[in-house]
Amino acid sequence: MKLQPEPKLVRGTPLDEKTLKRGKTFSVTYEPRLRYSWDTGQAISRYLAELKEGRLIARSCRKCGRVMIPPRMFCERCFRPTDEWVYVKDTGKIFTFSLCYVSWDVRRLKQPEIPAVIEIDGASPGMGILHVVKKIAPGKVRIGMAVRAVWKAKAKRIGSVTDITYWQPIKN
Amino acid sequence: MSARKVAVVGAGMTKFMHRALETPKELAWLAAKSALDSAVMNLSQIDCVVLGTAPDAFDGVHMKGEYLSDGCGGWKKPYLRCYVGGGTGVYAVAQAWFHVASGLFDTALVVCEEKMSSCLPHPQAAFLTIFDHITEQPLKPNLLWIFALEQTRYMETYGIALEDIARVSVKNKRNALDHPAAQLGANLTIKDILASEVMAWPVHRLMVSPTSDGAVAVVLAGEEIARRLSDRPVWIQGVGWCLDTAYWTNRDLAYPEYVEKAAWTAYRMAGIREPRKEINIAEPYDPFAYKELHHLEGLQLAPKGQAPKLLADGVFERNGDLPVTPSGGLLGVGNPIAAAGLMKICELFWQLRGEAGPRQVPGKPERGVAQAWGDLMQVGTVVVMGTKEPA
Repeated sequence: MKLQPEPKLVRGTPLDEKTLKRGKTFSVTYEPRLRYSWDTGQAISRYLAELKEGRLIARSCRKCGRVMIPPRMFCERCFRPTDEWVYVKDTGKIFTFSLCYVSWDVRRLKQPEIPAVIEIDGASPGMGILHVVKKIAPGKVRIGMAVRAVWKAKAKRIGSVTDITYWQPIKN
Repeated sequence: MSARKVAVVGAGMTKFMHRALETPKELAWLAAKSALDSAVMNLSQIDCVVLGTAPDAFDGVHMKGEYLSDGCGGWKKPYLRCYVGGGTGVYAVAQAWFHVASGLFDTALVVCEEKMSSCLPHPQAAFLTIFDHITEQPLKPNLLWIFALEQTRYMETYGIALEDIARVSVKNKRNALDHPAAQLGANLTIKDILASEVMAWPVHRLMVSPTSDGAVAVVLAGEEIARRLSDRPVWIQGVGWCLDTAYWTNRDLAYPEYVEKAAWTAYRMAGIREPRKEINIAEPYDPFAYKELHHLEGLQLAPKGQAPKLLADGVFERNGDLPVTPSGGLLGVGNPIAAAGLMKICELFWQLRGEAGPRQVPGKPERGVAQAWGDLMQVGTVVVMGTKEPA
């Protein structure tokens, strides 16, 4: 038996704005209102507590020698417990970045946000965290640029990654 | 391999649309029926059903697997939903391959569906929830961030120009003009791509695939049935997949090593030693323009950092030495997440049977590779298909 060739008719009914406005199609809307409370666990609880104090902390693995941030209670590479808490600096280098003109909920932004992966000084090479860079003209951001954390006032810190308001270039 | 040989014997899909009238279940049904028709089979001849679909948050239907089951023909049959984010569409075929290769089932129907238009005001907002909920979500990241961050790293590491990335959009959107299901086929120039709005530098609007509604299905059969059903079964010669760490900010983003590992798993199974010489056609995952190049390198079809040059030299055009994404890909046909990956499997099926119509690549290709990518920038899924029965 010979199979039929690719179907000539590809089915499906696209809806455009005009059709929708005619009101002959129906849709049902739903806004979920769910609330969660996420326990932050052993490693990240300490990470957040230290952020509240204005410090960054990592965990080291004696076997592979890595100093890891964000910290974790087990080394995913060696698959064994990590060993020690290690304070790292609140400075680092831009590992990669973007100039983003769209917010998380798809609003257009005139001034771009500058998300970046920041390689943290004192952690192993390549160990970065996601954050945002400010106080620099967007066109001037470069990979490898040295940056420092700008902290919220102590009284306003809550134990969150947002206790660092942003990172800004270290002027030479 | 002592496993039973498995072939693809039918394929079908819906249009890929910005917004479809059909429900997710109706989309699944249209694709499933179309695949069965193409195999000249009916549901009673299907032993098991595999569904692939991405996060429930897009369709907005919790437990989408059971909701979609009837549309997939998963009724009084072994039925399983599999999921590796954007990598799902290609992985679903590997999953169905296990079912048949093991000898437990003779036939399997694979269905992948996504209806992203339900999420208001834009499905982008649902992507917030893929980031780490404690250390990343408070920064209000969006999906463009991670692609832009990776593209920046890729360009910086190998000194790649933005024009070279834009060329992928030009090729794929043009190829999509010949695809009957395409949402965004277009004749554009590199200049047009670079003149489009900057979404998240270096990513421009025309380097991003659209959000889409759509479904795709294929039918798999064990060797005995495949030979009986068809004089031209397309054999699954290799499958592979690999997941890297979810600590994505600790990784080298310039090269997708997990895609390399997934590819070699599939290539070893297929007996491929020199992928560049032994593969005639490739459908790598192209949700963003640079990803096609990034993935071609991971798939060992271009040396590291060299895919842009091969593209500029015309190697990846439909009439080039290694046609890449002749379908038009996610950038041109559209991107209903899981369905988009399975669309790439369909394209290999049609191309390898010489049935791709105006999209047909010349030279009677004998072997192709399809690949998808996803989760938190960490999974590679690979399937090698060919006209030659595996040894």
